[in-house]
Amino acid sequence: MIQAIFQYQFLQNAFLTGLIIGVIAPLLGAFIVVRRLSLIADALSHVTLSGIAASLFLSKSFAAFNGLNPLWLGMGFSVTGSLFIERLRSVYKHYQELAIPIILSGGIGVGVIFISLADGFNTDLFSYLFGSVSAVSRSDLWLILGIAVTVISIVILLYKELFLLSFDEEFGKASGLSTRILHLVFMVMVALVIAASMRIVGILLVSSLMTLPVAAAMRIARGFKQTIFFSILFGELAVIVGLFSAFYLDLAPGGTIVISSILLLLFAIGLKNWQSVRN
Amino acid sequence: MTSSNVIELKNVHYRYDRDYVLTNINLTVPKGAFLGIVGPNGSGKSTMLKIILGLLKPRQGTVILFGEPQAKFRDRERIGYVSQKANAFNTGFPATVYEVVASGLTKKAGLFKMIGRKRKPQIEKAIKAVGMEDFMNRNIGELSGGQQQRVFIARAIVSEPDVLILDEPTVGVDSKNVQTFYDMLERLNKQLSITLLLVTHDIGTITSKVTHVACLNNSIHFHGSTKDFEQVKDNELSQFYGHEVHRLHHDHGHHHHTEEGTSL
Ligand SMILES: Nc1ncnc2c1ncn2[C@@H]1O[C@H](COP(=O)(O)OP(=O)(O)OP(=O)(O)O)[C@@H](O)[C@H]1O
Ligand SMILES: [Mg+2]
Repeated sequence: MIQAIFQYQFLQNAFLTGLIIGVIAPLLGAFIVVRRLSLIADALSHVTLSGIAASLFLSKSFAAFNGLNPLWLGMGFSVTGSLFIERLRSVYKHYQELAIPIILSGGIGVGVIFISLADGFNTDLFSYLFGSVSAVSRSDLWLILGIAVTVISIVILLYKELFLLSFDEEFGKASGLSTRILHLVFMVMVALVIAASMRIVGILLVSSLMTLPVAAAMRIARGFKQTIFFSILFGELAVIVGLFSAFYLDLAPGGTIVISSILLLLFAIGLKNWQSVRN
Repeated sequence: MTSSNVIELKNVHYRYDRDYVLTNINLTVPKGAFLGIVGPNGSGKSTMLKIILGLLKPRQGTVILFGEPQAKFRDRERIGYVSQKANAFNTGFPATVYEVVASGLTKKAGLFKMIGRKRKPQIEKAIKAVGMEDFMNRNIGELSGGQQQRVFIARAIVSEPDVLILDEPTVGVDSKNVQTFYDMLERLNKQLSITLLLVTHDIGTITSKVTHVACLNNSIHFHGSTKDFEQVKDNELSQFYGHEVHRLHHDHGHHHHTEEGTSL
């Protein structure tokens, strides 16, 4: 594959994109997991699906939309979805998790409608659902790079605020943090990262790249910064191993990446247990 | 506009849903005071603190902090806070004691700035002040409830606030450490002249420490110096609480335990 990477542009695209999302998905994932928002990531990925389906339908039916990269509409839908979730969460103050099934089923519902309007499944859609090694274009790569630069800069600049929001929202408010705005910024970043990651891992498995490396990291890390560090390390490992095996075994990378993450998770759990037995 | 009152509540009313839980609250806390706030469960103590902190907006009345109206007040780092539910956090949160205490500097460090190495001595000092220096790199979830509580106190004092607001901070702290904790508060109050607001059910102990007392039961029933509070008869207090209350009347400074082991 190393040789092939130099030879084929599509492989370069896939590999570079993989390396990028291997950083940003676990980076935000660390915050998502500690804030217990994993299901929200899942709901948003299904909303992204409806955006992708809408875009595929539009470009099939109307010539004007022909060259449109489905990522744009996917991104638009997931950002809108994240804002809807916030709205619903404030409506159902005491049943905040209700927002998740509402948005999730809404996303699938709209997605299914557009898929049937566009005359059902095709390979394009398949690649969005489960990821693909061959479907990542240069323009995808640039878009995803842009998202990554934005997200990483925001997390670095607002790290201490995001930490406080995650650890103790009330204390944050009492010390004058605009938690509402901060939370909104965070949700929009999650929506963007989901849209970005979907090209490689696929919509159905996006949330696992955000949560599994973090779950593994939490077993062995001390403190939050270390948790982020190990999450990214495990995320990158999973992506690299997953992409190589997907390429050689001709499988969808979503599956191989998730299985690699689970193996890493088992490894981290085993390591921790071994350490505690030894001591 | 200078004022020697750190906090002033004027005619404050508050309700969550239907019934008012605070009515006509007038409270002044002079600079350097150590105010003990007592009252039965559900009397609105935590609610009043949240109003002072700006977490809740009064339905009526005004809050003045350091001589400025609440809405205009920006120097939030001047007020430290330990909430009643401080250790009801997600105990699986992977943050070290150091990280938690450092987060108390979020506002003070300023937007887009990092809490870097330069702040390390300040953070370590706060951790030492609560006697948790041996646990600096432990995850917060791996500590006992009382130890966690001390970490939250360190987080509240790390920004060197002028006022410290504590909502039943000693729940879950053993009696020896409660004593050393109160001694620490007295030290903060007397030596660093930090103004203290302390909600507690421990009436007996606090009267030997605090300078002022406020009795709250949806409205203020007593507000004055500790000396005046000691003149209030036990049966009046019992009436206020709705059950028998006996205070230990002891001389100031007489009741100190000898300090051994960790000191706060
Ligand atoms: N979030 C809320 N929504 C609705 N009502 C509330 C809420 N928080 C508190 N209350 C009500 O307001 C009243 C005052 O509550 P508060 O927590 O201020 O009491 P407290 O004096 O701190 O009691 P405790 O000694 O138990 O801590 C109670 O009757 C309570 O039921
Ligand atoms: Mg309370």
